[in-house]
Amino acid sequence: MKYESQKVAKLYFIAAIGLFVGQILFGLIMGMQYVVGDFLFPEIPFNVARMVHTNLLIVWLLFGFMGASYYLVPEEAETELFAPWLAYLMFWIFLAAGAATVLAYLLVPYATLAEVTMNHLLPTMGREFLEQPTITKIGIVIVVLAFLFNIGMTILKGRKTVVSLVLLMGLTGLAVFFLFAFYNPTNLVMDKYYWWWVVHMWVEGVWELILGAILAFILIKTTGVDREVIEKWLYIIIAMTLITGIIGMGHHYYWIGTPEFWQWWGSIFSALEPIPFFMMTVYAFNMVNRRRRNHPNKVAVLWALGTAVMAFLGAGVWGFLHTLAPVNYYTHGTQITAAHGHMAFYGAYVMIVLGMISYSMPLMRGRELCNSARSQTIEMWSFWLMTVSMVFITLFLTAAGILQVYLQRFSDNPMDFMVVQDKIALFYWLREITGLIFLIGLIVYIASFFVGQDEPEATVEPLK
Amino acid sequence: MAQAFTKAMARNIFYGGTGFFFLVLLALTFQTHQEWPELDNRQAINDVVTLGKQVWEDNNCVGCHSLLGEGAYFAPELGNVYLRFGESTDAIKGFIASRPAEGIPGRRSMPQFNLSEEELTAIAEFLKYVAGINTAGWPPNIKG
Repeated sequence: MKYESQKVAKLYFIAAIGLFVGQILFGLIMGMQYVVGDFLFPEIPFNVARMVHTNLLIVWLLFGFMGASYYLVPEEAETELFAPWLAYLMFWIFLAAGAATVLAYLLVPYATLAEVTMNHLLPTMGREFLEQPTITKIGIVIVVLAFLFNIGMTILKGRKTVVSLVLLMGLTGLAVFFLFAFYNPTNLVMDKYYWWWVVHMWVEGVWELILGAILAFILIKTTGVDREVIEKWLYIIIAMTLITGIIGMGHHYYWIGTPEFWQWWGSIFSALEPIPFFMMTVYAFNMVNRRRRNHPNKVAVLWALGTAVMAFLGAGVWGFLHTLAPVNYYTHGTQITAAHGHMAFYGAYVMIVLGMISYSMPLMRGRELCNSARSQTIEMWSFWLMTVSMVFITLFLTAAGILQVYLQRFSDNPMDFMVVQDKIALFYWLREITGLIFLIGLIVYIASFFVGQDEPEATVEPLK
Repeated sequence: MAQAFTKAMARNIFYGGTGFFFLVLLALTFQTHQEWPELDNRQAINDVVTLGKQVWEDNNCVGCHSLLGEGAYFAPELGNVYLRFGESTDAIKGFIASRPAEGIPGRRSMPQFNLSEEELTAIAEFLKYVAGINTAGWPPNIKG
């Protein structure tokens, strides 16, 4: 750690991990409700658990991105953060708003929340992932703008690198596309069309710039490969991301009342979306193989390589699986989508944030380069527990999805939705058990922060 | 990558490609807007449907159901529920109104939302409007 103000990231990362735990607990509740339908009913209905699960994911990833930015940008810009106090202030505002919103989801009926927060004045609630009360959404905009200002000013007064520039573009895009959350016409088709300008443009667009920038930073730091080489890769990867991903949004426009030409545009361009993820995998392994140094923070390198592989599998391969219109005709809105969503989010965004934490947290806690060998070993265990269980969660959901598609939509005698749900319950059970293993992995992850703290840092053989 | 391929070239591909395809998106969006009046069943939208969408949103229906395939996958697709319920708004209203408050032992059950008669009518009319949207033949069958 070169600049004192990088330390604000620590608080953001701690909050991120805490909310991550909440996300997983509510995921387990939902998973249970899939097989024991009245579990916690009517206290925590499924829709509430799902809202908490998905909103916590989004909020903790945002905390993670912000923390990563606060750590990364001063180091890249070679200057202290423009206004550390603003970063602290925004942290508490964001945490308070997030916690209040989640508590409100849990404590009052959603309709009451909509009424109390005067949703009718500017209706934005009740749409998937955008369930937050309008006042919370406005709060998010304010926090993100203050954050962008802080990051932007830091970059302006310091060295401008490609990594921080790409990060800034990603974060700016995040802020800009979120504004579509405030557009909610009665016309459902138009509502859905522009809803995707938030959701798709985030996760299949600008967030990938953020992912790319953070990954590039970790690779520069841990491999010692020439920055020029890494920056060239970064540019070409994000170029492919947006060249394929912008029109790739068409794969959401097949069946929602949009013109049928989208079936062609969406199929062709989204079929190319795995390319940047594949390139990212090739690049991450290439950089590590061509490393100029052996970095003792082995677990950070493991997360970096892991995110490249898992993003390719989850976003790339599992996305491609159901992206072509003739396939999507049968798979749209089934467990296939859920399978893809789980592995893609974990691979692309959870792992990159955990990777950044893994790289930076030891430094913020006073280490020279890395944690002790024992702490790293424990963290590697958590890496494998969480990653392998996410692979199996995805496989079980895929199996459930294939059966669902066949029984409900493809066979000669299609069955009712709920009849099919009963028939595929075995796979939901398997998913739930695997989810418990994921939780164990997460507990082990947290334990790694407390183990081996009084032991010396891990060392490695210098590169020959 | 070959040395002939420079960082400046990569950067230009990024800016050029992004700018170009964003313009393509805007063009396709414009074309989409042109074709919508034929597809999106806007002629069915009235004050009741507007209220219905509000009821739909204020009760977070999309937290369990999918609507035109988007939402949660915990409960049945509702884009075509009007057709599945024999084109009867009364059947939809009756179903929503009769949900047991304490659920059904061991089973998934829709919560009792205590909607007023006006809200019940509105949500049913909203779902009727949605069923009239041209979805290019999706879902594959009436089961949703």
